[in-house]
Amino acid sequence: MQPLDALAKVCGDVRTGEPAEGVLGVQPALVAAPASAAEAAEVMRVAAEHGLSVVPRGAETRLDWGTPPDRCDLLVDTHRLNRLVEHASGDLVATAEAGLPLETLADRLAEKGQRLSLDVPLPGSTVGGTIATAASGPLRTLYGTPRNLVIGLTVVRADGKIARSGGKVVKNVAGYDLGRLFSGSYGTLGLIVEATFRLHPVPAATAWVTCPVSGPEEAHEAVQTVLHSPVAPSALEFIGPGTVAALLEGVPDGVAARAGQLVKLLGDEAEITEQAPDDWGRYPDGTTLIDVAAPPPSLRELIGVVNGIQHGVAMTWSGSGHGQIGLPSGLTAEEVSAALGALRDVLGRHKGGAVVRYAPEEVRNEIDLWGPVPALALMRRVKDQFDPDHRLSPGRFVGGV
Amino acid sequence: MVEGMEPVLKALGLRLDALLGPDRVITDPVRLRTYECDGLTNHRSTPGIVVLPDTAEEIAAIVRACAEAGVPYVARGSGTGLSGGALPRADGVLVVTSRMRRILEIDIPGQRAVVEPGVINLDVTRAVRPYGYYFAPDPSSQQICSVGGNVAENSGGAHCLKYGFTAHHVLACEVVTPDGELVELSADGPGYDLLGVFVGAEGTLGITTKITVRLTRVPETVQTLLAAFGSIEAGGTAVSAIIGAGMVPAAIEMMDALSIEAAEAAVRCEYPPGAGAVLIVELDGPDAEVAAQFTEVERLCRDAGAFEIRIAADDAERALIWKGRKSAFAAVGRISPAYLVQDGVIPRTALPRVLARIDALSAESGVRVANVFHAGDGNLHPLVLFDDAEPGAAERAEEVSGAILDLCIEHGGSITGEHGVGVDKSRYMPRMFTDTDLDTMQMVRCGFDPAGLCNPGKVFPTPRLCGEVPGVRKGPHPYEGKADIF
Repeated sequence: MQPLDALAKVCGDVRTGEPAEGVLGVQPALVAAPASAAEAAEVMRVAAEHGLSVVPRGAETRLDWGTPPDRCDLLVDTHRLNRLVEHASGDLVATAEAGLPLETLADRLAEKGQRLSLDVPLPGSTVGGTIATAASGPLRTLYGTPRNLVIGLTVVRADGKIARSGGKVVKNVAGYDLGRLFSGSYGTLGLIVEATFRLHPVPAATAWVTCPVSGPEEAHEAVQTVLHSPVAPSALEFIGPGTVAALLEGVPDGVAARAGQLVKLLGDEAEITEQAPDDWGRYPDGTTLIDVAAPPPSLRELIGVVNGIQHGVAMTWSGSGHGQIGLPSGLTAEEVSAALGALRDVLGRHKGGAVVRYAPEEVRNEIDLWGPVPALALMRRVKDQFDPDHRLSPGRFVGGV
Repeated sequence: MVEGMEPVLKALGLRLDALLGPDRVITDPVRLRTYECDGLTNHRSTPGIVVLPDTAEEIAAIVRACAEAGVPYVARGSGTGLSGGALPRADGVLVVTSRMRRILEIDIPGQRAVVEPGVINLDVTRAVRPYGYYFAPDPSSQQICSVGGNVAENSGGAHCLKYGFTAHHVLACEVVTPDGELVELSADGPGYDLLGVFVGAEGTLGITTKITVRLTRVPETVQTLLAAFGSIEAGGTAVSAIIGAGMVPAAIEMMDALSIEAAEAAVRCEYPPGAGAVLIVELDGPDAEVAAQFTEVERLCRDAGAFEIRIAADDAERALIWKGRKSAFAAVGRISPAYLVQDGVIPRTALPRVLARIDALSAESGVRVANVFHAGDGNLHPLVLFDDAEPGAAERAEEVSGAILDLCIEHGGSITGEHGVGVDKSRYMPRMFTDTDLDTMQMVRCGFDPAGLCNPGKVFPTPRLCGEVPGVRKGPHPYEGKADIF
């Protein structure tokens, strides 16, 4: 039996792929959209039987991240896996299928005054795609990235078997935490079909304190002032070229008092607003997106490097030490490569690094997206266990994994 | 000692002598017995050899020597674990990290510190407290437990309701892999989040030799209250009301009448007489936030029927409130010759139902159960009391204990919230996970430790045969001939 027929026997939505749905230019031969975890498992089993390479797709907001797959025999589209399986509001826990958009999830959780404390920098992003790319925004300063909020994960393995780890309770150390392992694994270990998250109450009040800064030194000083203050911001951002802003959340009296405290600390130019400042929680513009991570004192030199690349290079950065830099389309591959080298030099001295998320093809082919990967041999061995035939998103990840 | 292993161990002992010098290699049976168990004393096994390394390089050399000899090894910090995770092997080497106690770096602007694995949890906080920082994970044993042990167990503590677990406070680990290589695992580096799975793997994926921990700003204010209720149900209602009001307290702890009685006998904590349950609620954070929420907590406790509320006016009074709770485990020794501690977790909303079932179990079996728990996150610590001198009593206690874990699983919870699986609960893992789930977890194990020499026999009831991965490993398997160790 041909793969298409075999897949159609187990899944109600199977068709041939179209040129427009290429993964970084690699057109899928087939596309399947399972409607349940069980159906997804059948699809994966058939894919295994036929030796098909498989690339998962959510809302395509980050399908252009990483390197192109070596092969894409089958694209597994998760858009029909879109149920909110359970919202146990009394337990501050929710379980959602992989294809559910985070905004839809947020609307449903808000009905009970709760939220998943993850930003959605790219509208439409799904539960599964967000976990697979470990994506986050400003709230990471207080709440961390998906690895800190996923408490249970259901995946379909390369052989089509369904495996769960974690559970539905926040406090749980039974067994290995595959939720953290799958966070940021780019679809190379298995197909994420369902995740359980810990939630937080929607705060009764919020306010932003925004302060203009000129130059790396002032930015660093403002960030350090807020980080070491007792006001406990939920987020603290540097937004290039010259804004430092903190988000305060809590009870109305508390937020008002803390905002006042912050203005005192940051000086007269700081102002309190009820709305987020411009570009809050958005990736910077540009055709090349670079993720940076290093301890917060790296900010000073980081801004120096960014300013040296070209006038107007966009940057956003969180007090957790994570940031994004957007490079404009005008830069040649050599210029991007040089900029990346300069960033890695500086961040490396702070024990951090830079990873290119996306770049135009002619740039991507000339640069090392990932930089040094310390435990690569170990990562390869883990990959070999989960995907011995190298069929899951082959070539999408570090070191050709 | 395993049949036929003695010559192998003897040869390994000589090699370790050469590596470390004889004063840091223990083979004397009397001294070895000191290490026969960790904090869970009903599992004992005298280690074949104990080594006391000073450096990461020494640990790497020890692991390489063990790998070459095909001898299993177990890492141990302070030995305070409560699931037998550091239970030694009679046919193996115990790697004790207690000499590696240097705090290597304190980086306040970067809000992190770098420590060796033997550093005591509370010593990290002591070192950074002058700068207004602390290390957030606070297991009850924090005065003696090691950070390396915290990493292995993904330790929690009373305050993890708000601040999370060790996994959320470890940014990077230098690790000796079962190959004997030193690698750096980091939460932020490119590639797989191997750190995320290493933390909490109970020492089965390697030995950590250097840990970068996140430091947390000391909160501006801490407010603590103790509320006494007529019954556990009333206390449970208060907990639900507090969480339902959208608050995330730093800690919410509850004790039932039997555990209060024990604490009273042991440390004279002077909790309100006649209480069927006491609740400890702690809020921390900015002054203005805490002030507003604390009034609300007090009101919610009264609404739920609290007949007495005490508010700590200062740190001394706060310590007094916590004294009864923190001594609870040890205190049951005053009311029972022996006890088992469980660590099951249930969804918070299932608390009243599950506690009623535990009551019923206790009544049916005649086995007394004292309940102490982290009510905010549904983490129960039932203390199952028995007289070890009475024939059959231990077995009955074990049965009740297992039945309580079944209750937790039945209600969608977990068999362990913070103590780990270790040797103690590995047999319960198949009740919580399918064979495929466990097999999948062990794929990670096979990636790290295909020979299964690194803390074997823990976490998983049945080891997975790692086998050859087609098309990947060329040439002979590095541990050829040792596979029969399974």
